[in-house]
Amino acid sequence: MPTVFEPTKGLTGVEFHYCPGCTHGVIHRLVAEVLEEMEELGNSIGVAPVGCAVLAYKYFNCDMHEAAHGRAPAMATGVKRVLPDKMVFSYQGDGDLASIGTAEIVHAAGRGENITVIFVNNAIYGMTGGQMAPTTMVGQRTTTSPLGRDPRQVGYPLRISELLATIDGAAFVERVSVHNPANIRKAKKAIRNAFDCQKQRSGFSLVEVLSNCPTNWGMSPLESLDWVKEAMIPYYPLGNFRRPEMQESEHA
Amino acid sequence: MEKVLMKGNEAIAQAAIHGGCRYFFGYPITPQNEIPEYMSREMPKAGGVFLQAESEVAAINMVYGAAGAGARVMTSSSSPGIALKQEGISYIVGSEVPCVIVNISRGGPGLGGIQPAQSDYNQSTRGGGNGDYNMIVFAPANIQEAVDLTAEAFEIADFYRNPVMILGDGMIGQMMEPVVFHETPKRELEPKTWATTGTGGKRAPNIINSLHLDPANLEKHNLHLQQKYARMRAEETRYELYQADDAELVFVAYGTASRIVRNAIIQLRETGVKAGMIRPISVWPFPQAAFDQLGSQVRALMSVELSCGQMVDDVRIAAAGRWPVGFYGRSGGMIPAQHEIVDACRSMLEEVA
Ligand SMILES: Cc1ncc(C[n+]2csc(CCOP(=O)(O)OP(=O)(O)O)c2C)c(N)n1
Ligand code: SF4
Ligand SMILES: [Mg+2]
Repeated sequence: MPTVFEPTKGLTGVEFHYCPGCTHGVIHRLVAEVLEEMEELGNSIGVAPVGCAVLAYKYFNCDMHEAAHGRAPAMATGVKRVLPDKMVFSYQGDGDLASIGTAEIVHAAGRGENITVIFVNNAIYGMTGGQMAPTTMVGQRTTTSPLGRDPRQVGYPLRISELLATIDGAAFVERVSVHNPANIRKAKKAIRNAFDCQKQRSGFSLVEVLSNCPTNWGMSPLESLDWVKEAMIPYYPLGNFRRPEMQESEHA
Repeated sequence: MEKVLMKGNEAIAQAAIHGGCRYFFGYPITPQNEIPEYMSREMPKAGGVFLQAESEVAAINMVYGAAGAGARVMTSSSSPGIALKQEGISYIVGSEVPCVIVNISRGGPGLGGIQPAQSDYNQSTRGGGNGDYNMIVFAPANIQEAVDLTAEAFEIADFYRNPVMILGDGMIGQMMEPVVFHETPKRELEPKTWATTGTGGKRAPNIINSLHLDPANLEKHNLHLQQKYARMRAEETRYELYQADDAELVFVAYGTASRIVRNAIIQLRETGVKAGMIRPISVWPFPQAAFDQLGSQVRALMSVELSCGQMVDDVRIAAAGRWPVGFYGRSGGMIPAQHEIVDACRSMLEEVA
């Protein structure tokens, strides 16, 4: 009988610790499949964040680093400068990248650092138990915004992709979602494009993936996927914000 | 070998390249700016990479990444900048990757000043990062020593898979002296099979990591680190004894302070006062052995520092109640004059008479 499906070689097979229904696992698989398909697993070095994906270094089947909270782009920069011919990527949550690590991500993009960043935006601090993130939606209840995020007190959620797309060193910036199979396929394509961009030495690439946190959102997995679609996507529109052709033509 | 006249900071930068350093990540801060400036000119010529980071936090994490990938890598900064690097230093120790950190310290607290100071002794030897961690800290007293220690620091860091710090005060960074770039003493080093250079499909993934969620594992890891620190204490302690054989008062001073103390000792001896000095070259590990060698003629110890008194705590621990311990220091970038130290010695000897 022909094989129709096989687990990717891009993952070690160590059992994920993610909550049931959490899409971190889906995003891991997409990254792993892309690296496998590009035949880059033996050539890649990944940097895991501090956040729910802190143990990503056990899951990706390539050399890995575990960074300090928010510092993954700096660490990836160090690796890439030593090994410019290797694929170097970071995998970061929204607290990690959009709060404590804003300086590192902005300047990695500014330098046009030839790395790929997978940015998992689940509008919350998952690992520490559901506190407000810079990406938490207006009105969203978290353990540190118990009455809902009040923009008069704490401002508005940050749109990281739009922000980074203003930077000339950013070669590729796209926002995708993984709330249904059609979007998962698009997400994989974007991740492939981002790594292709690195392979072609075009500069910094980032894919923002809208993700869920059923546990801390207090929803069933299905409800949480609906919430990504209905609450998050209208505020965080999906689409490409930058690709290599735009580097010279539209920002010359 | 050729003697060249060099400014301390530039000599340290050149010594790093001489010692095999090929990656430098740093952020500007006085009084160490000549190090990144020199690196930006000279590192590319040596086939290496200089990168100005967006902050000290980023710089140390770039060092962490480059070190994990197997490179010889360095960063330099000064007091407030070192404060920002301390999170990264703790992770680097925890992950057991080697690097060299230069701290050309200035006065504090806070923004403090930009004149030479030794008020970061605790910052350097205790660290402000979290966890049971240590690193070797060398405190050169002249530019030649700074050059020799910096070049050797890369061998030592690789040997222990642990960072090494060069602690110079602003005076060491800014003054000029003639130096020679000697052959660096080499150690037998294992190949860096742990480095993340890509598996090439030929081995299991390498992981650079400081996380150990299982307490039993973390304790085991900590005990392993402690064994390394014990070996450093036994094998890497360095000091100089100056006129200590017959000394009644033994000064303890390092770096710039030790230079002034040396002159004070000459002056004191001319007037018949028998003074000597223990000069720690490694301030961590602190040279306990130097104290254990002192003869029965010693009546008092005195720590002299460009601070309000930090190393003096280590001197008290090393003295272990055997001698009274005095202190003389100036802070904020003020440098004690020779006669102040002479006077402090005389009054201490009167006190213990
Ligand atoms: C310096 C530092 N500050 C705070 C923490 C605690 N901490 C761990 S994970 C985390 C938030 C992670 O949230 P996010 O990046 O959104 O990842 P998620 O868990 O949602 O995937 C925080 C604040 C830490 N480990 N280190
Ligand atoms: S806490 Fe949230 S983000 Fe973390 S694993 Fe569980 S569902 Fe996923
Ligand atoms: Mg999050």
